[in-house]
Amino acid sequence: MATLAQQLVNGLVLGALIGLIALGYTMVYGIVQLINFAHGEVFMAGAFGAHFAYLRLLPAGTPWYLALPVMTGAAVAVSVAVAVAMERWAYRPLRGAHKLAPLITALGVSILLQEVVRVFYPGATAPLAFPRAFAGGSLTLGPVLVLWTGVLAVVVAPLLATGLHLYVERSRLGRAMRATAQDPDTARLMGIDPDRVVLATFVIGAVLAGAGAVLYGVHYTQIDTAIGFQNGIFAFTAAVLGGIGSIRGAMLGALCIGLVKSLAGQYAWGGAQYDYVWVFVLLILVLMFRPQGFLGRPEGVRA
Amino acid sequence: MTRKSNGLLAALVATGVALGAGACGADKIEAAGGAGGCDTSKGRLVVGVIAPMSGKLSAIGLGIRNSVQLAVEQANASCAVKGYQLAMDAQDDEANPDKGAAAAQRFADDPNVVGIVGSYNSGVARAIQPKIATAKLLQISPGNTDPALTRGADFATAPKRQYDNYFRVVGTDDLQGPFNARYLVEKEGKKKLAIITDGKAVGESMATEFAKEAERLGAQVVIREKVNENDSDFSSVLTKVKGVRPDAIFVGSEYHVAGPLSKQAKDLGLDVPISGNDGLFDPQFIALGGKEGDVATSVGAPIEKLDSGKGFVAAYKKKGFAEGFGGFGSFAYDAANVIVSSVGKVTAKSDWTGAMEQREALIRHVQAYRTDAGANGTIGFDQYGDSVNKMFTVYKVTSGAWKDVLSDRFEAK
Repeated sequence: MATLAQQLVNGLVLGALIGLIALGYTMVYGIVQLINFAHGEVFMAGAFGAHFAYLRLLPAGTPWYLALPVMTGAAVAVSVAVAVAMERWAYRPLRGAHKLAPLITALGVSILLQEVVRVFYPGATAPLAFPRAFAGGSLTLGPVLVLWTGVLAVVVAPLLATGLHLYVERSRLGRAMRATAQDPDTARLMGIDPDRVVLATFVIGAVLAGAGAVLYGVHYTQIDTAIGFQNGIFAFTAAVLGGIGSIRGAMLGALCIGLVKSLAGQYAWGGAQYDYVWVFVLLILVLMFRPQGFLGRPEGVRA
Repeated sequence: MTRKSNGLLAALVATGVALGAGACGADKIEAAGGAGGCDTSKGRLVVGVIAPMSGKLSAIGLGIRNSVQLAVEQANASCAVKGYQLAMDAQDDEANPDKGAAAAQRFADDPNVVGIVGSYNSGVARAIQPKIATAKLLQISPGNTDPALTRGADFATAPKRQYDNYFRVVGTDDLQGPFNARYLVEKEGKKKLAIITDGKAVGESMATEFAKEAERLGAQVVIREKVNENDSDFSSVLTKVKGVRPDAIFVGSEYHVAGPLSKQAKDLGLDVPISGNDGLFDPQFIALGGKEGDVATSVGAPIEKLDSGKGFVAAYKKKGFAEGFGGFGSFAYDAANVIVSSVGKVTAKSDWTGAMEQREALIRHVQAYRTDAGANGTIGFDQYGDSVNKMFTVYKVTSGAWKDVLSDRFEAK
C-alpha cells in the first residue's frame, strides 16, 4: 500500500513536469498545426539559462527564495528568446509551405539547438549539476516521501495550466488565438494579425517551458543537453494522448504518462526496463479507439 | 599503371583526410613539441587516440587524450623513436560505436598510424576490433573492462584469444565485479543486495560477475532491475527496490546514472550505499548526487599514491592541461608508452613503411613487452592480451570526495 502510494506520487510529480512542456506542443499545434519538435529544446535552453543565472549572475550563497525567481526569470527569458528566434527565422518563412517542410525544419532546429548548447555552453558536454535552489528535504505523508521540489512542481504546474486556460478563454489575445485556430482566413478578415497570434503562442509556450525547466532542474538537480529531447518525446506523447490542441488534454495526458511510467516500473511485466514500452502501449491503445485523444476534437474540425 | 593510380588515390585520400582533420578544430593532429634536439628526418608517426571527448564521459576521455599527448611529447623530447617525430591524432568517439569504428577505419588505412590508444567503452572497442583486425593495426585500450574482448563470449569456461592486435592495460569486469562484491560482503557486511543496471553489455556483465561472487560469499541478490540510461527520473524503480529493503545497491552503469540514482534513493528514504565499478569513480558522481558512503572499485591503485605514478602526476600537472587526468589517464599514458617503446624497437631495424610485416612485428614486440616502471607499476600482457597487472582499489565517498580505502591484487578463489 505504501509502495503504491509512493508510486502514485512519483507519477504525479513526473506528470506535472511533463505537462508544462506538453502545453507548448499543444498550443502551437492548435494555432498553426505544426508539431514543433524543437519545443523540447526550448525547455532545455531554459534549464541552461537558469543554470547560467545561478552560477554567473547571482553572488554565491544567495538564499533560494531570492535565487529561484531570478533563475526562473532567466530561464523564461532564454526560452522565449529561443522560441521567438525559431518562429521568426525557421517557421515563419515556411508558413504556407507544404506541411512536411516545417516539420522537418523543426527536427533540424532541435538538433541545431542541442549541438549549439553542447558545444558553446561551458561544461555542457557532460551532465551538469543543477543548483539546489529550493528547500531541501521532503514532505512526509505517513510512509510516502515527497521532495519539497516535487510538491512545488505538483502545485505550480496545474496553477500555470489553469492560468493559461483562463487566459485563452477570457483575454482578447486568447480570443484572437481561438479565432485563428478555428479559421485563420476568417480571423484575418476580422482584423486579427496572424503573425502576432502565432508569435504570442510561441512566447506563451516558451514561458511555460522555462518555468518547467526550473522546476525540473531543482527537482532532479541534473541537466544535460539531451533532457529536451527525452522529455520532449514524453510531452509530445502526452499532448497527443490528451488530444492535441487541448490545454486540459495536455495536462491530463502528461498525468497519465507519469502514472503509467511509474506504476509499470513497479507492477508490470519486465519492470523498469520496459516502463517506456507501457507508455507507448497506452498511446497506441488510446489512438486505436479514440484517434483524437482524450479531449481532442475529431479531425476535420480544427481545434 | 595500376600501382601508380593506387598511389595517386592514396595521396588524394591522405590529402582529404588531412583536410578533414584540419577543418575540425577538435580533431587536429597534435604535432607534439620538444623535437628540437632529435633527428626527425624520417618523418612523422602517429599515435591514434579514440576516446569519448564529448558527451557524458568527456571527463574520462579528455584525461585519456591529454595523457597520451604527454607520453608522446616526452617521447619526442627524449628521442625515443630515433629518426621520427611522434604525433597524436585524437578522435572523439562520443561513446558511440559507429563513430569509434569510423575513426579506427581511418587509422587502419593510414600507414603512418602505428597504433591506437583506445577506446574507453567496451561497446566501442567491439566495433573497432573487426575494422582493424585485417590491417593488423595495434590497439591498446586504457579502459575496456569487458572480458569478452580478449577471451571471447565464453571467457569463464572456454577462453580463446579474439584478436592478436588487441591489448589492454586494465583488469577486467569479471575480476572487478567480484572484487567489489568481496569488499561489500566481507568488509562492510552487506547481505541483501539490489542490482540496477543500464542494460548495456558492460553493465550487465559486471553485475552478473558481481552477483556470482556475492552469492558465493553468502549474500543474497534480492532484486535486479534495468533502467534507461537517458532517464532522469528513477523514483519508480527505486520505490520498487525500497520495497525489498536491500543493504546496498550495486549499479552496473556509470556516474551519470549512478549519481542521480544515489540522490533519488536517499530522497525516497532508501539511505543505503550505492556501489559500482570504475564508471562511478569520477568527481562528477558526487556533484550529480553521489552521497557519503557510496563505493566504487577501480582498476589499479590510486595513481597519486603509487611511487611509480608520481612521475606521471608531476609531469601532467606541469603541463597544465585544462582537464584532470581522470580515472584512466595514467593507463592511457602507460598504453602510449608501450606503443612508443615497441615502435622504437621496430624502427631500429628498418624504416617504418606501415607494411603488414611491420605491424605484425610491432604486435610481437607489444606481446613481449614487460616493465615494472609503468605509471601503474607492472605493465605487460598475458596470452589473451589482458593486463598482467590485476590491482584493484576500493574508493568511498568521504567528506565529499573519493577516498581510497583498500587496494589489493585480485586472486581468483
